[in-house]
Amino acid sequence: MIDNLQNLGAQTRASFNKLGRGTFFLLQTLSGTLSVLLRPRLLVNQLYSVGVLSFLIITISGLFVGMVLGLQGYYTLSRFGAEETLGVMVAASLVRELGPVVSALLFAGRAGSALTAEIGLMKATEQLSGMEMMAVDPMKRIIAPRFWAGCISMPLLAALFSAVGIIGGQLVGSGLLGVDEGAYWSQMQAKLDFQDDIVNGILKSIVFGFITSWIALFEGYDAIPTSEGVSRATTRTVVNSAFSILGLDFILTALMFGDH
Amino acid sequence: MDNSAPPLNSLVSVRHLSFSRGDKKIFDDISLDFERGKITAIMGPSGTGKTTLLKLIGGQLHPGQGSVTVDGQNVHLLRRAELYNLRKRIGMLFQSGALLTDMNVYDNVAFPLREHTHLSESMIRTLVLMKLQAVGLRGARKLMPNELSGGMARRIALARAIALDPMMILYDEPFTGQDPISMGALAHLIKSLNNTLGLTSIIVSHDVHETLLIADYIYVISEGKIVGHGTTAAIRQSASPWIQQFMTGAADGPVPFHYPAKDYIDDLLSSGKRY
Repeated sequence: MIDNLQNLGAQTRASFNKLGRGTFFLLQTLSGTLSVLLRPRLLVNQLYSVGVLSFLIITISGLFVGMVLGLQGYYTLSRFGAEETLGVMVAASLVRELGPVVSALLFAGRAGSALTAEIGLMKATEQLSGMEMMAVDPMKRIIAPRFWAGCISMPLLAALFSAVGIIGGQLVGSGLLGVDEGAYWSQMQAKLDFQDDIVNGILKSIVFGFITSWIALFEGYDAIPTSEGVSRATTRTVVNSAFSILGLDFILTALMFGDH
Repeated sequence: MDNSAPPLNSLVSVRHLSFSRGDKKIFDDISLDFERGKITAIMGPSGTGKTTLLKLIGGQLHPGQGSVTVDGQNVHLLRRAELYNLRKRIGMLFQSGALLTDMNVYDNVAFPLREHTHLSESMIRTLVLMKLQAVGLRGARKLMPNELSGGMARRIALARAIALDPMMILYDEPFTGQDPISMGALAHLIKSLNNTLGLTSIIVSHDVHETLLIADYIYVISEGKIVGHGTTAAIRQSASPWIQQFMTGAADGPVPFHYPAKDYIDDLLSSGKRY
């Protein structure tokens, strides 16, 4: 019993400790922002490896999610004779929820895990330490550009996901199942609200990009510098990002759409 | 070694330094001096915290007690910007080389120049080729770090360490895991760089033979204490059992072969517990 209590206490302390280190890490990262602005080249390189290289997985997943939404939506809506509103249903689900959430989960798996492994290995091979000894601050040179690249890429990737998904829904809905193409687009245009749906969706993906990049970089930086340590850190990035994305999605949804 | 004022000619002086990791005392009140223009070696068994000492000198770790002074500045009282300015004048050669794996050899050596100077690319090219020529690897400039052998990686890292013409270089186990030829090449390089560039060198090593060949002064550390120090000739002839064990490589002696444990027979006979 006492042992269990002690364990619980030690674990709680360890998690608060980690939260503290994580917050400190975030502040240091943010303080490196100016140097990112002064050296846009570093940011562009990271935008490529974090954002552009995630392009394919986001596009293909978005297409399939949209196609499934088209199918499922059609079967349900046609029971009520409302298949003309398929476009609204597909677009609203994507722009409000699935676009930001699924693309953030994919982003954590594709780019987040890569960032953690990269930083963790740089730590394990003394590259970060070596930079410090060369009087180059790794927070400014390595961490901050990757962080901002993640924050910038995420909303763009989410928008891409939604756009491709809407096209996928249209391919299935009008191409395969015979929903009127004009109705698909015009209903969508009429019913979707710019502020309520699109802006809120973008806000969500900005939050997810921020949290995923933070978690991925911190886990890498905080990893135990061995092969096992880096592998565990990579796993933690994906798991913790997924929890944070889904938990925050609930909170954000409640805040954004709660008064409707 | 208890005099508190450092000798006039020392570039680095460590005073009454203590450092612990958790409950384990790594250093217990040690004082060392590193003379300008000389090669000073810190020797001792693995796990005695030799690398930790270099990190304390470079300001990457903070001591529990005591001070480290480099060129008149107390490293651990410096502000961040001042510390970084000091580090620009210190080169460090990591055991692994610590080359940046996403850049080729040329860009690795150019890295500190690009970060800290506003030189033109043609000037940087000249400097990089000069540094690479000094370590004999000008022809390898297009290779990536994963295409280099361990010895080559360390020589490239050495070229990078001298890129900004430092006043001092810290070497962390430069000979470990090297074949005899690259060991000899590295020892020769360290000595000649020290003499031609007028550097001060601090070498942390447990390779007795190579280190004795090039060092001017030696400290032997064991279990957090300095167990002996002196010029290379004096260390060779030292009667201290610690130093003798280390120099001759005897398995047992003042540094025990066994990690501390309870009595062997008792341990074998105590049943019921898994460990």
